[in-house]
Amino acid sequence: MLAQIIQNLPQVLIDGLTLGVVYAVVAIGYTMVYGILELINFAHGDVFMTGAFIGATVLFLMLGMGFLAAMPALIVFLIVIVVAGIATGLLGVGIERVAYRPLRRKNAPKLIALITSIGISFVLEDAVRFIAELKTGNYIVTAPSMFNHKFTLDIHHIMPFFDNATFQSSFLLVLAVTIVMLVSLDLFVNKTKWGMAMRAVAQDRDTASLMTINVNRVISVTFFIGSALGGATGVLFMIQYGTIDPYIGFILGIKAFTAAVLGGIGNIRGAMFGGIMLGLLEMFAAANLSLITHGAMGAEYKDVFAFIILILVLIFKPEGLFGKAVVEKV
Amino acid sequence: MNLKKIIPLVAVVVLLLGVISGCASKSGGSKGKQVIEIGSQSPLSGGSATLGDAIRLGAELAIDDQKAAFAKKGFEIKLKDMDDQGDPKKGVANAQILAADKNVLALVGHLNSGVAIPSSEVYEKNNLAMVSPATTATVVTDRGLKSVNRICARDDFQGPAGANFAVKTLKAKKIFIIQDKTAYGSGLAEQFRDQAKKLGADIVGYEGITVGEKDFSGVLSQAVTKKPDLIYFGGVYAEGGLIIKQARQKGLNMPIMGGDGLDSSSTVQIAGDAVKGVYLTSVAGDVSKTEKGQAFAKKYKEKFGKNVESYSAYGYDSAGVILKGIMNAINANDGKKPTREQVEKAIRGIKNYDGVTTKVSFNDKGDNTYAKVYIYKFDQAKYPPAQEAEISQ
Repeated sequence: MLAQIIQNLPQVLIDGLTLGVVYAVVAIGYTMVYGILELINFAHGDVFMTGAFIGATVLFLMLGMGFLAAMPALIVFLIVIVVAGIATGLLGVGIERVAYRPLRRKNAPKLIALITSIGISFVLEDAVRFIAELKTGNYIVTAPSMFNHKFTLDIHHIMPFFDNATFQSSFLLVLAVTIVMLVSLDLFVNKTKWGMAMRAVAQDRDTASLMTINVNRVISVTFFIGSALGGATGVLFMIQYGTIDPYIGFILGIKAFTAAVLGGIGNIRGAMFGGIMLGLLEMFAAANLSLITHGAMGAEYKDVFAFIILILVLIFKPEGLFGKAVVEKV
Repeated sequence: MNLKKIIPLVAVVVLLLGVISGCASKSGGSKGKQVIEIGSQSPLSGGSATLGDAIRLGAELAIDDQKAAFAKKGFEIKLKDMDDQGDPKKGVANAQILAADKNVLALVGHLNSGVAIPSSEVYEKNNLAMVSPATTATVVTDRGLKSVNRICARDDFQGPAGANFAVKTLKAKKIFIIQDKTAYGSGLAEQFRDQAKKLGADIVGYEGITVGEKDFSGVLSQAVTKKPDLIYFGGVYAEGGLIIKQARQKGLNMPIMGGDGLDSSSTVQIAGDAVKGVYLTSVAGDVSKTEKGQAFAKKYKEKFGKNVESYSAYGYDSAGVILKGIMNAINANDGKKPTREQVEKAIRGIKNYDGVTTKVSFNDKGDNTYAKVYIYKFDQAKYPPAQEAEISQ
């Protein structure tokens, strides 16, 4: 049994990492908004989905105009991801303006904003579904396949107790782009003036506003960055899995939120770590659960496994792996 | 009462009377011909809209074809199409609407067994005959309802037929089974598994996935370690297409087999080139094989501008059976509009109806005794796949 699990490990790590980095970037969107507003923005999963659809639209437009044949795939990809990122960033700012800011101005309870975000999530899902199925009546969209060169990692040769692992070039792309996104976000938050303003607002909104920080603008910027990252990840998801539908945001959003909680909500590095860990756990469970339980529990219980780990972590460390225990603000 | 209050009151009363009489004259308007409506229920939106729409269009074509024959008898036939969204709740709600409309005498209905089962309880109460083009779960007819009929084969025939083909023709010894945990997917997978075991094949894995997810690499990594020589998938194309694609990416190049849930052009669209070497069992025959079928495909294309899907001809034949039943009932009723009970009996009584894809004779449960299972293979990334074998009961 153990031998089989180890044999499979390289492949599981690669697949888990792909899923994990996607969770990680989406989790950042949750955690950033929570850090600043103490609002769980449930619409974020659907911003991610909208990003995937905007990316697909741009890709189809470019395909229609013959750009795809004329340009290297990497440049096409960069254009798509940048367009989708900016568009979803603006979408996020718009959502904040229309839905959350009026509530905040009226000092509405936080629960109201939370329910509003669930409403926004439904609006986004159905709006995208409506547009996607206008033409064909079928809302499952399949993107043209890109970056499907296959690699085989020949680990078996070096370490005979491992099996070979295979992956596609899209995996490298997803990994590279998310790492770039994560590192630059970390630098932005910790090294720039805007990042400092963001941290200040997160710490204490009222005091920050006394220190000449334009709180509303900082919140807008936060929504822009979180949503843009989410939308860009949607494009990565589309490239990696090829097929998207308007409901991908729901399950993935819930899992990314879980990842954010696992890492300690409000903590950006925690969200990154939580996402990657959740992806790895899930993939490990899907590949090995029936081996471990001798067929009593199949791969369908992978989420149960991942969430049991989450519960265990939260029992012993309720603030999450990287979270700091909250001291009551005075 | 002062006059100021009376004037608006009179105005409102007059307006209401006007509205009521307006409605009355509308319903009395088409007195020349009696209207008979044929209901249709299939998913027109959502993940299986491709298949659901094909059923509706097939039924529409059948009704168009027979309009003249019914007009001669003094009846106007119409299609009343509804979208069940592949959702049992929606299906039952629509069933109530159809049952409440007295002009609806029968319906072509349901792609999904899970939707057909609760909805048919409503039909049974209202004596509304249902002819299903595509529901394959055994429970659909095994409850012995008078109103429920189907023209396609059953899962306890489709699953084992697939297993026979996999073990005997493809010589599969080690089989890895994936199912999607729905009534349809797990039912089919179990039927397949039991028959394959009986034939001496080794089931090296039996795993479930969640509908709506996109990443199945975990399950497939497990398949890689088990080194099966056939993978069987019980489920629908949205997940099936991705499983095929991701399996090929992982270097699983053995044949992959599935049920009629994969029998759609969307499987090819999602899986792309990876679809080569995929086998599927379907209860739907290939219409391009017969002359009648080719003529049907051409007419369908002309009218709707779409290529025929697997279930288009079954939608057409279901509606054909219904119309034939209604016609028989009209004749038996001296040319007057028959009741639902009469239509229900007439439809169940149909023998040797010669449709576009299949002959139809209902047995006492409402199953079609001529139903066949067909086995297809994708040789290239193109729909429809090539027919490999045809298995009768």
